Amino acid sequence: MAKETLIISLKGAQLSDPARALTEPRWVRWFLISLAVIFISLFLLVPLAQVFTAALAKGVQYYLDAVLEPTAYAAIRLTLIAAFFSVLFNTLFGLASAWAVTKFRFPGKNLLITLIDLPFTVSPVVSGLIYVLLFGLQGLLGPWLRDHNIHIIFAVPGIVLATIFVTFPFVSRELIPLMQEQGTEEEEAAMVMGANGWQTFWRVTLPNIQWGLLYGVILCNARAMGEFGAVSVVSGHIRGLTNTLPLHVEILYNEYNFTAAFAVASLLTFLAVLTLIAKTIIGAKYAREREVLPTLIESEAVS
Amino acid sequence: MSIEVRGLSKSYNSFKAVHEVNAKLETGSLTALLGPSGSGKSTLLRMIAGLEIPDSGEIHLTGREATYASAKERNVGFVFQHYALFKHMTVFENIAFGLRVRKQSEREIQDRVYELLSLIQLKGYEKRYPAQLSGGQRQRVAVARALAPRPEVLLLDEPFGALDAKVREELREWILKLHEETNVTTLFVTHDQQEAMEVASRILIMNHGEIEQDGTPIEIFDKPATHFIAQFVGETNYIDTEVTEKGLAVWGPFRFPVSPALAVKQKIRIYFRPNDVYMTAQFETLQVRAKIAKTRFKGTVIEYKLDIGEDKTISAQIPKGVALASGFKEGSEVYAAITAFHVFPI
Repeated sequence: MAKETLIISLKGAQLSDPARALTEPRWVRWFLISLAVIFISLFLLVPLAQVFTAALAKGVQYYLDAVLEPTAYAAIRLTLIAAFFSVLFNTLFGLASAWAVTKFRFPGKNLLITLIDLPFTVSPVVSGLIYVLLFGLQGLLGPWLRDHNIHIIFAVPGIVLATIFVTFPFVSRELIPLMQEQGTEEEEAAMVMGANGWQTFWRVTLPNIQWGLLYGVILCNARAMGEFGAVSVVSGHIRGLTNTLPLHVEILYNEYNFTAAFAVASLLTFLAVLTLIAKTIIGAKYAREREVLPTLIESEAVS
Repeated sequence: MSIEVRGLSKSYNSFKAVHEVNAKLETGSLTALLGPSGSGKSTLLRMIAGLEIPDSGEIHLTGREATYASAKERNVGFVFQHYALFKHMTVFENIAFGLRVRKQSEREIQDRVYELLSLIQLKGYEKRYPAQLSGGQRQRVAVARALAPRPEVLLLDEPFGALDAKVREELREWILKLHEETNVTTLFVTHDQQEAMEVASRILIMNHGEIEQDGTPIEIFDKPATHFIAQFVGETNYIDTEVTEKGLAVWGPFRFPVSPALAVKQKIRIYFRPNDVYMTAQFETLQVRAKIAKTRFKGTVIEYKLDIGEDKTISAQIPKGVALASGFKEGSEVYAAITAFHVFPI
């Protein structure tokens, strides 16, 4: 009897709406979708649009003046320099560390993996302070550096170092799981066939990890350009000399020069959007190659 | 080129993966290294290839000591269970890899790759990527890639382990033919005894890191050297009993002549194969009366569980045709004798 009732009611459901068994009532769906749309508009799209509207509030000429003004130009330059060196250094380090961690057995491996993650767990301000404590005048190496007339803190090298530190894990964190999953068989096959380490790396390992590597580089670059906390501590905020774009935005803002602040901020935003587009394209290629979605760590990247 | 290993050992922490192994493989031979998983057979193969460093012992290739030689100097070909083809390279480039890293001329590379493509019957596939091939095709490409630099030794690590039964069957035939054509000294690891018996002219059986027997497939099957081999190779019955009197052991209604060298009361284990049980409907000679407790269809043979009284059972196998003609079925009374067996003291 119970069985019969069940069949009848299932039939009824099928007749009225075939998809109903698998989904929620219409009003619930609309309610949830609207909620998500409102939330995203309010917290992402409106602020994003606001950045560009505020930047252009006093006209295009004012915008261009603010962006092309010498101190802004210097900030752009410094940001690009810091990003360039972080990407360069962290790509090399990321490759070397991922290669070592995934292709070899050695004591202290877990310690190394933990250390690679350290910059993510330490607050950026603390990261900056580490360098002040090391290289500052009262710091560990301060007197020696002063005697040899080497400037690190409140100078470009300090900014580059702090940026490198903060973006340290991006490439290796992206590569380690990828290379772990790929194992060492292809490398072994190459070696048995007579390839040396260098040939094995260029012809076998690198082509296998190219998309993952590029993905890591983009995340690293995004974070390097946007870094504020650590750089702020070591910079000294010398206009035209040790200001990166984020620091320049802050200075303008603190001077109540809102339109100029937003104009420069729009540059950063523009770079971020560009990064997102590149990331999406490469992420898709990368996912297709791995046949799984990459584990995302960009939440830290766009902060 | 011959392979010789002397006293080869390798441990991982305290686990002895390979222990004091000695073996010599003649030039042009085709040998199987058979054993259960964890018996050390892959480790031994990888040490010969130069992918693992032995803790002690020696490896000689064509009489040259090569224990610590780099993989490159050994001139061996290696085929992995999961192919390990280079995913981003075409079939052509995969096969050409070993030639390119040896800086051979483009002309030599072309010639050699096309020669191998026809050997593995994959002409016309040179522009494909590994992902576009079936498992059997991939493994053939892997074999061609290993053969390209003309290695003196071909080592295969469970080469057909990842393939389905039908393809395995075909590849066994193929590897035999390939060996006849190329005559490269070949050693392949397998845990499949059927495969080892069909393909190899000689089998080394490993267990717990040691070689327990080294012989032809027939020797291994008919004259197992140890307990382990008696139960590992082929299907078998085993019974535990003791020597009842000089030269004789009794188990249930069965009487087994044993070596007179065994002491009376010595505990022994007797192994005999189900197809060495001679079973008839009518009493012939020296047989024991039994009752069929269960029958099981196994394709070409039918297996019977025979109840021989005293709560004792043995299993017997009979070719399907014979079994059907005899009309054996569950519950029928039959007569059985054990025609061949092996005795090991325990």
